[in-house]
Amino acid sequence: MIRIEGLHHQIAGAEVLRGIDLTLPEGGVTALIGPNGAGKSTLLSLIARLIRVQRGRIEIGGHVVGQTRDRDLARVVAVLAQGAHVSARLRVAELVGFGRYPWHLGRPGAADHAAVDAALERFDLTGLRHRFLDELSGGQRQRAFVAMAFAQDTPYLLLDEPLNNLDIAAARDLMTLVRGLADEAGRTVVIVLHDINYATAFADRLVVLKQGQVVAQGAPGEVVSAPLLADVFGTAARVEQIDGRPVVLV
Amino acid sequence: MGRRLALIAGVLGVCACAYMLVGLTGPLGFVLPYRGGKLAALALVAVALSVATVLFQTITANRILTPSLMGFDALYVLVLTVMVQALGASGFAALSPPTLFAVNLAGLAGLGLVLFVVLMRLAKGDMVRLCLTGVVLGLLIRSATHLLQRLIDPGDYQVVQSLSVARFTQVDGTLLAIAAAAVGAGVALAWRLRHRLDVLDLGEAAATGLGEPPARLHRQALLLICLMVGSATALAGPMASGGFGPSSFFGLVVVAFARLVTPTHRHAVLIPSAVLIGAVVLIGGQLVLERLLSLSTPLIVVIELIGGATFLILLLKRRAA
Amino acid sequence: MRLAGLGLLALLIVASLLIGAADMSAQGLLTTAEGRALLFESRLPRTLAAVLAGAGLAVSGQVMQVLARNRFVEPMTAGAGQSAALGLLICLLLLPGASIGAKMAAASVAALAGSLGLMALIRPLPPSQPLLVPLVALVYGGVIGGVVTFIAWQGDLMQLLGTWLTGELSGVLRGRYELLWIAAGASALTYLIADRLTLLTLGEDAARALGLNVGLVTAAAVAAVSVVTAMVVVTIGSLPFVGLVVPNLTARLAGDNLRRALPLTALAGAGLVLAADLLGRVVRAPYEVPAATMITVIGAAAFVVLLNRGTARV
Repeated sequence: MIRIEGLHHQIAGAEVLRGIDLTLPEGGVTALIGPNGAGKSTLLSLIARLIRVQRGRIEIGGHVVGQTRDRDLARVVAVLAQGAHVSARLRVAELVGFGRYPWHLGRPGAADHAAVDAALERFDLTGLRHRFLDELSGGQRQRAFVAMAFAQDTPYLLLDEPLNNLDIAAARDLMTLVRGLADEAGRTVVIVLHDINYATAFADRLVVLKQGQVVAQGAPGEVVSAPLLADVFGTAARVEQIDGRPVVLV
Repeated sequence: MGRRLALIAGVLGVCACAYMLVGLTGPLGFVLPYRGGKLAALALVAVALSVATVLFQTITANRILTPSLMGFDALYVLVLTVMVQALGASGFAALSPPTLFAVNLAGLAGLGLVLFVVLMRLAKGDMVRLCLTGVVLGLLIRSATHLLQRLIDPGDYQVVQSLSVARFTQVDGTLLAIAAAAVGAGVALAWRLRHRLDVLDLGEAAATGLGEPPARLHRQALLLICLMVGSATALAGPMASGGFGPSSFFGLVVVAFARLVTPTHRHAVLIPSAVLIGAVVLIGGQLVLERLLSLSTPLIVVIELIGGATFLILLLKRRAA
Repeated sequence: MRLAGLGLLALLIVASLLIGAADMSAQGLLTTAEGRALLFESRLPRTLAAVLAGAGLAVSGQVMQVLARNRFVEPMTAGAGQSAALGLLICLLLLPGASIGAKMAAASVAALAGSLGLMALIRPLPPSQPLLVPLVALVYGGVIGGVVTFIAWQGDLMQLLGTWLTGELSGVLRGRYELLWIAAGASALTYLIADRLTLLTLGEDAARALGLNVGLVTAAAVAAVSVVTAMVVVTIGSLPFVGLVVPNLTARLAGDNLRRALPLTALAGAGLVLAADLLGRVVRAPYEVPAATMITVIGAAAFVVLLNRGTARV
């Protein structure tokens, strides 16, 4: 369970998050959506302790962020930051191997190698394991980064806009894999998404942010509606139900 | 990788033997220990600077910076000048070599730490700004030192002048031992950081996610860098003033070459590779220049030339990529 | 503003004429033969040298910043100064008895080559990374400086090199500074083409569209910058940062229209070098601190501030 209480955050004097109270249950995929500047990425980065908490409290899987040792937290939550980019020239298997670091601290054992192989297999990267990252397509590279987070073997996975710059095939592939992480591997996934239709198609829960506050949350069918889009995004888009799920017509 | 490292180690062995034995004349009982001392000092300087540069490049996340380029060598003359200023020429001359070394090292490491922290604050992660600010701060420290020298008593000024341009002649055994202990400790601690440095190479966010927040590692690495570069400088004097200690570009050339010869992201390979190549460059370079070509130009001048050109190439190539 | 500047410069000039190692009153300077000799042989030439060098360097710094389209470069540290020294050194080694004219020509040609080399180097750099230009320029200057040091070691000229390369005015006497009038002439030339240079700041394509002969204007400007730099190096040595700090200050007061800015730049440059020289004379009298040392301290500190002032505007 992720529990957030009274979370405020300022960046350069501007209030980015204004009193977030939020409880995310264990399991499933939760998507954070909202217009640009709503504070989605800031919220995710705070949960992932990429940014220091200024005011409020975040608890993840019983560990309080900011009071738990970094190494312990690294076995509880894995994060894929926005626009992840590695300057070192790494091969796919080496990158995924770094996901095991919190468990072996530099000295991988047989269990770690097995976990890396399993992650490569699950993300269909086995054939690419000896390729350098800069030799991959955008979709393959993003899969490698998610595989690394998966190999970290944490109950919680945080993904910040992993679909950026991916074409429709790569984006759907990746979201299907992410869905599988929740359904088959029992992980709790929190993901920041830009495109509401991907959120409604793949997430169990949506959390809608606007100007640093949570304005709606719940199952996609309960949350996404034309009035909400008008209110939160300020755009008059039609919402149709297709196969029992809301679809925004753009 | 292992075979390549062994190969470089072999080259180093040949260089070291040649350095000891080529052109051997005069009483062996004097010449061999003399050369041995100088060889050991060269090796120490090479090790300290190479490891420090690897650490510095990893924590600043770039491949073209060296601690010395950031104005570290300029601090040496500053520390000397301040000491002479404070103690007077006679008081300064009365200091025993180990005391002098210790004060020097403390001053260098302390000021170096301040310098780096200020620089990293100012640059806010912008590598080019970090570099440029460092180079200009180096100029500032150098000219401020020069000003300070002009302001002290002309007699004392002579002392600083002769000290800061003193070419290295005889190695003091005690100093060598102290410097070796300091550098050795630095290298051992850096070696323990090797896996964490690998993680840091993934970028700050990824490193934090894996349980290695960069801030702490930055602090530890900076301390080690200041310890190692400070020891090397206090032992040999900076290359820029005729010693064979830190030069702006030595570390750059060595680490760039190490990345070329042993391309790897693993610090467990990169650190030994840089150490070996650093020693080859310094000892081999000294051998060629001093014994084979009999040039009067100090090695440093040549290294600075090659290093500056390497720096430009790396900088422009980085843009093109 | 210009009047106030002129007044300040006049004050500095008077002070410079009155202050020196030899103790001599204002009256003595004019009335006694000894005083007149001191005035006309030493103090006046020294003062004029500071004024001419300062004005020339500041102007050529501003011109170079237009050419490089970057506020953080200046010729003395960006290869032209070091190249001038290289030319001078080679001339000394190959033709030990060379005339002053030959030395001057060697330094100028070398400075020109150095400037052109820099322009070629920074041309392909992306405008999105403005700080890259000064970094490349500084290291480029350093590499040429390295060649100078290497040759000086081999030719056993290190001592000489040290005294030359520190810009110092204490050695200036009548008959030893007149080359700087050439620098002044070259600076004046840039004023004649000031409007065309200002057009260059709009970008080469825009300037060309307005009918400017970009190649010719650039060539004239590079030549002027090189000549000024070479004359200063030959006469008094290297004076870094004058060309960087002064134009950055005057651009804030007078903007980037060179016809308005250049006179102010020249005035401020002259004032800066003269003030630095004066300060160097009094701070540890009767010993002297080289003007270059004072200026580097001030200039480098100002550079660091300029670089890190919030978001550096370039």
